Amino acid sequence: MKTHYIEKDKLLSFEITEEIDHHTTEKIRRRMDNEITKYMPRKIVFDFNQVTFMDSAGIGMLIGRYKMVKMLGGSAELINVKPSIKKIFEMCGVLKIIPIRKEETKVG
Amino acid sequence: MKNLYDNEMRLEFLSKSNNEAFARISVAAFASQLDPTIEELADIKTAVSEAVTNCIIHGYENTEGKIEVICKIFANTIMIEVSDNGKGIENVDMAKEPLYTTKPDLERSGMGFTIMDSFMDDLNVESILGLGTKVTMKKVIQKQEQKEEEKQEGKIFSSFRI
Repeated sequence: MKTHYIEKDKLLSFEITEEIDHHTTEKIRRRMDNEITKYMPRKIVFDFNQVTFMDSAGIGMLIGRYKMVKMLGGSAELINVKPSIKKIFEMCGVLKIIPIRKEETKVG
Repeated sequence: MKNLYDNEMRLEFLSKSNNEAFARISVAAFASQLDPTIEELADIKTAVSEAVTNCIIHGYENTEGKIEVICKIFANTIMIEVSDNGKGIENVDMAKEPLYTTKPDLERSGMGFTIMDSFMDDLNVESILGLGTKVTMKKVIQKQEQKEEEKQEGKIFSSFRI
């Protein structure tokens, strides 16, 4: 996972580079929490460009990070989500709280 | 004696979380002989990942145990059985409810069975307290010609990018 932080927008983006399951979420979660506590962002972006697999463990992890940033008064967004993964987001009703940003541009 | 199935395989591995990827990739490799679409393969991988994760987190509660995955192919249907000898599920109907989880502290979404149910064509869960749980799933892989026909008729909106 790579992270980028843009100070002027207080925007923290996570470019996830691994498959997301129960095994990998433990490490991803720890790293994201460190970065969020360090930067206190107003917005976090989850970049799914390189994510080829995600199961429900990813849903729990993303909602947990969303709750953190919401407590800081911020919001979260998804970008570059593949259709097979979008299907899972839709099924779990995640997109209502973490929407997919329309223009799929690379952040950072 | 003639085998009832066209093909069959069995995997047994320890309930370690790094085996989640091993299990779903192995099952997907076995299923690929039915010539599934990328989408069908993604559905199978997700469902297997959910079932195996359940064995690790709930069945064995992160202690060491064995997980067995059996796949059987008959005509164009794949049957996947994932079982553990763990603690079992007290109330299967409740466990299947969307968003129900006994482990919210682990940030579990409670969507595992819902995903298995909707990504596969059939889901059956048998569980005995103290003995273990067996999840049986089936998926029918459409024949290539059928896919072509439906595509021409515009029934399938191919959702993956080329």
